[in-house]
Amino acid sequence: MRGNQGTLRRHETMAHIDHGRMVGTSPARTDGAQKVRGLCRYVDDLEFDGLWHGATVRSPHACARIVAIDAAAALADPDVVVLTARDLPGPNVLRLIADDWPVLADGRVNHFAEPVALVAAPTRERARAAVGRVEVRYEVERGIHDLDQALASPRILASCRIERGDLEAGFAAATHVVEGVYDTAHQEHVYIEPQGMVARPTAQGELEVIGSLQCPYYVQKALALLFDEPVRVRQAPTGGGFGGKEEFPDAIAAHAALLARRVGRPVKIVYDRHEDMQATPKRHPSRVRHRTGVDAAGKLCAMEIEVILDGGAYTTLSGVVLSRAVLHAGGAYACPNVRIEGRALATNTVPSGAFRGFGAPQTQFAVERQMDRIARLIGTDPLTLRERNAYRLGDVTPTGQVLEESVSALECLAAAQARTDFKRRWHEIEDARASGEGHALHGIGLALSWHGAGFTGEGEQRMRSPVRLALVAPDCVEVRVAACDFGQGTTIVLSQIVADALGLPTEMVRVVDPDTSKVPDSGPTVASRTVMVVGGILERAGRRLVRELGQGGAPPASPAEFVELARAYLTQHGELEVEERFEPAPGQTFDETTYTGTAYSAYGWGVHVAEVRVDADTLATRVERATLVFDVGKAIHPVLCAGQVEGGSLQAFGFGHLEDLRLSEGRPLQDSLSTYVIPTAVDAPDFDTILIENPTRSGPQGAKGVGELPMDGGGPALVAAIENATGIVATRAPATPEVLLEDLLAGRTLGPEAVAGALQAGEPLEGLR
Amino acid sequence: MGAPDAVAVAGCTDLMVVDTATGRRHGAVVDLQRLPELAGVRDDGGWIDIGAAVSFSQLRREALVAEHAPILVQAAATIGGWQIQNRATIGGNIANASPVGDSLPVLLALGAELVLASSSGERRVSYADFHRGYRETVLEPGGLIVRVRVPHALPDQFQGFKKVGTREAQAISKVVVALSARRVEVGGQEHLADVRLGAGAVAAMPIRLRRTEALLEGAPVGADTATRAAREARAEVNPIDDARSTARYRAHVLGRVVRRLVGDISA
Amino acid sequence: MSEGWTLSVNGEERTFVGDGMTRLLDVLRESLGLVGTKEGCGEGECGSCSVLLDGDVVCSCLVPVFQVEGRDVRTIEDATAVPGLAALQDTMVTEGGVQCGACTPGIVLTAAVLLERSERPDRAAIREALAGNLCRCTGYERIFRAVEKLVDQRPRGAL
Ligand SMILES: Cc1cc2nc3c(=O)[nH]c(=O)nc-3n(C[C@H](O)[C@H](O)[C@H](O)COP(=O)(O)OP(=O)(O)OC[C@H]3O[C@@H](n4cnc5c(N)ncnc54)[C@H](O)[C@@H]3O)c2cc1C
Ligand code: FES
Ligand code: FES
Repeated sequence: MRGNQGTLRRHETMAHIDHGRMVGTSPARTDGAQKVRGLCRYVDDLEFDGLWHGATVRSPHACARIVAIDAAAALADPDVVVLTARDLPGPNVLRLIADDWPVLADGRVNHFAEPVALVAAPTRERARAAVGRVEVRYEVERGIHDLDQALASPRILASCRIERGDLEAGFAAATHVVEGVYDTAHQEHVYIEPQGMVARPTAQGELEVIGSLQCPYYVQKALALLFDEPVRVRQAPTGGGFGGKEEFPDAIAAHAALLARRVGRPVKIVYDRHEDMQATPKRHPSRVRHRTGVDAAGKLCAMEIEVILDGGAYTTLSGVVLSRAVLHAGGAYACPNVRIEGRALATNTVPSGAFRGFGAPQTQFAVERQMDRIARLIGTDPLTLRERNAYRLGDVTPTGQVLEESVSALECLAAAQARTDFKRRWHEIEDARASGEGHALHGIGLALSWHGAGFTGEGEQRMRSPVRLALVAPDCVEVRVAACDFGQGTTIVLSQIVADALGLPTEMVRVVDPDTSKVPDSGPTVASRTVMVVGGILERAGRRLVRELGQGGAPPASPAEFVELARAYLTQHGELEVEERFEPAPGQTFDETTYTGTAYSAYGWGVHVAEVRVDADTLATRVERATLVFDVGKAIHPVLCAGQVEGGSLQAFGFGHLEDLRLSEGRPLQDSLSTYVIPTAVDAPDFDTILIENPTRSGPQGAKGVGELPMDGGGPALVAAIENATGIVATRAPATPEVLLEDLLAGRTLGPEAVAGALQAGEPLEGLR
Repeated sequence: MGAPDAVAVAGCTDLMVVDTATGRRHGAVVDLQRLPELAGVRDDGGWIDIGAAVSFSQLRREALVAEHAPILVQAAATIGGWQIQNRATIGGNIANASPVGDSLPVLLALGAELVLASSSGERRVSYADFHRGYRETVLEPGGLIVRVRVPHALPDQFQGFKKVGTREAQAISKVVVALSARRVEVGGQEHLADVRLGAGAVAAMPIRLRRTEALLEGAPVGADTATRAAREARAEVNPIDDARSTARYRAHVLGRVVRRLVGDISA
Repeated sequence: MSEGWTLSVNGEERTFVGDGMTRLLDVLRESLGLVGTKEGCGEGECGSCSVLLDGDVVCSCLVPVFQVEGRDVRTIEDATAVPGLAALQDTMVTEGGVQCGACTPGIVLTAAVLLERSERPDRAAIREALAGNLCRCTGYERIFRAVEKLVDQRPRGAL
């Protein structure tokens, strides 16, 4: 085993897996040289002739009736154009799951910063000035601003339920029953490039949009409905997404396109940071209730889990986020008797949306905290309890899925133990905590997580995503997919997979820029599906291309032979394009009405070990070191893979203790990078990343998705480390110093005798109680 | 110094943020960083004399400041990241008069004085008398802070500084405290004298914790004094809830930090 | 304050006519077409607009152009902005310090200044130097390693 992006290899190999030459190496990403030199052109960097600027009139209220919109003052600038819901050419809806998300508010607003009108002008300044001159009169109504209020009068956006075994019998057999309630807050994506889009009528009169986005075909479908015409959508290089550019680009693209159609010229809308933070989706806040039965040894007998998500004002993606939340809510643990019920409730807040992990970080925060509670109850350390309960090959998940391959929970735990000596250190700190002195409190904590790769259930089967490969020159094969690179390195990673399938170096494979006029709808770039699902179909396409090139004869045995055959083929027949579609593995079915069957064809497994230092005076936590052990199936590009794992983990640590977004009457109190704080270079730990390769049959060369998994365990590992350091039992993420103080004052601790000595020293709390 | 209604700007790290947010425009503008009167750090008979337009990066490099006002160097190192420190000036921090300005409690603790200039001439004011209320100061409209003067450190002087920010770096303070005190031996025991305790983010303006200072004045160095000072400090402030923290947290942490700083004197 | 302002950008004298309070960032991006400098927040928080002003790294979103009159501005487009810049750029790519790239121009410039001014910065020094440059993608680890790799390649002076 090598650390620091070393890989732990499984010696077993699977018969169908080729061992190519590009996969497993770390060639320079294709856009790297441009990015480091400032030559990469993002949407706000592009030039267009006659470009105008768009801006958005937004609601200052979270819940109100629109009485009147008066644009006269804005229209005093003769160039200014103002559009409202009345001016839409088609239905006022951005279609996702339910048709309840309007393009522009009509008659009422349901969340703060909801778009009410659009403005275009020749310059950004004039557009912004005009926004201030559109007068909207509202009649403010009482809104529902948080989960407590929503639970009092629930409006359900989505619900689902999983049931397995006999819950009552499970509890009856249990020695202990443990209950817990866990909360998580909104989290903001903070992609460094804010949302932006340009729309323009082309010379042929078509509508084209170019922007910062993850899913070109989502945008195309949204616009097709609105305009009733084909629209071309192109992804510009995108400065971070993390799910934040999954569904929201539909809205900003619709806005830009409406303005562009009206003024007959290119219109650009780029949000500033405040607007982006106020108006775009965030991670669903959650409340998860656990009731768990365990036997004397800590083996799980029964799990009853209730998951509540705050969906915000419109359904958008809440149904699928809830589904993933619920499917991961039991954690990476086998339990014969399980009931998980989930509901997403409406509130008057900005719609909650896709964010790396898609509900799973919230429910795994809860289950991991619950496991820590159980470990203490039965008197063992957190790692040992997890070893006892973690999924093994052949175990059955709550949906009845038998885990038949690529289960690495125990292996990840073992590697984490070997690397960090977790058990000994955890116990040492536990024993010394109460009598300890000094204001630096050290703690260690851990979380085990799992994450299903690809769409849930039969989502991939329904989509049957096509991908295409085309031989365009003797030494160049083009990859035509809608997968977007917004930093992860999709481009180079897919070209490595294809290169190996073709027996070529990556230089001979070119991934074309996502453009709906050039690439098929290979699905959105979400759900940890790109490498495993899209990459898998591409691998098959590559094999087919080679076969077809061989024209019945022997396939090319070297790049030189490939070029030779390709040249012959091209002169004879012209471009060779092959298309392949998703093919489900036999026997994988999922019933969405009963939530039974194969929820995901493969799961990634991971352990976060967080070592923290908590300041006894300020209760501020610094993660000093993080050991990340992740089974990714196959690290196609080890450097980028480790980068995903580390970057995702730092977001998770931010979620765990730093990133607090609170609302007042539906309005975010933190709407700038000064008040909403994400980790800086000084906040980031030293990362020790270990990649385990336990291949899956479902992915190219065994690879599983890795995009979201690192988001799942970071938060609970960090909060567990705080508990180890201080004796404070936090049940909320983020566990900010303010939250920890309230926990301490309210006695939410391991007990008065178990709290860190330094927290009790002096006479710290009396005056506040 | 330019047109009478001119806006004086230094590092623009406060000004430009407001301009961008509000879209406000200015008439004439004067660049204070080009005025020699506001530049440089020099030794001036028992005082170090710092130009108001000196940036925090520059302060961090000045040996004189490090020698006599180490807590000012410490504070400077916590103000934003490199980009901010390279531009932000000490005069701007003072003039901006934010309750969370990090150099301000330090200047209170060090007993600094300011040289102010206006159409009616130059005058010196004790920095302790400079702030009047929330972003309100004794500076007249159009007036300038020209120099910031800090007395030389005494051999028996202790200085302590602690910033409690929203994160480890590039953070605005939730609470910030600076302490200066002399250690005087009386009857074989060290006692505190000339105590000045400045605090930020716990009131509408940076303040001296006068009651806590009074408690500390003449008190023996030690853990007991530290604990009593913590209680007094917490009782003497009335902080608020805002986007960065809560009143309860601020009061609690103020006490803890005061205890730590006073405790550090004996360390 | 609409006047002409003359500044040196990447070694060339350039003139901007307009309000002296215009952000240097806008002058670079909109008037001079130097769009390698990015805007991530417009308030000095993210560092993606970092440029060098007389050799020091500053946020161009907080610098009014009138203050730059007669001064030297270097942007990411200038391959010679800081000695050693090119080596750092290449290492950032090979070590995985680049993901989405939105923070990258700012990070590269700041780290290059660190490497120029400090012979053997340790990790604490690298962290401090980069505190004003937010990166949301990488977790910073690979950025640190890129800088450390260049430090390791430096000949060790006699002790
Ligand atoms: C990202 C970021 C991080 C920050 N972090 C911190 C921090 O950690 N701690 C902290 O304390 N502050 C912080 N600040 C605030 C700011 O940097 C400081 O307040 C700084 O010292 C202001 O100085 P300046 O020279 O930039 O002032 P400017 O913005 O130039 O001026 C501010 C105001 O003061 C007036 N003024 C300036 N100089 C004088 C003078 N000599 N006489 C009279 N009036 C004057 C100006 O007219 C203006 O109204 C931060 C700001 C940003 C953008
Ligand atoms: S854009 Fe200037 S610091 Fe963010
Ligand atoms: S690489 Fe995306 S923000 Fe740093």
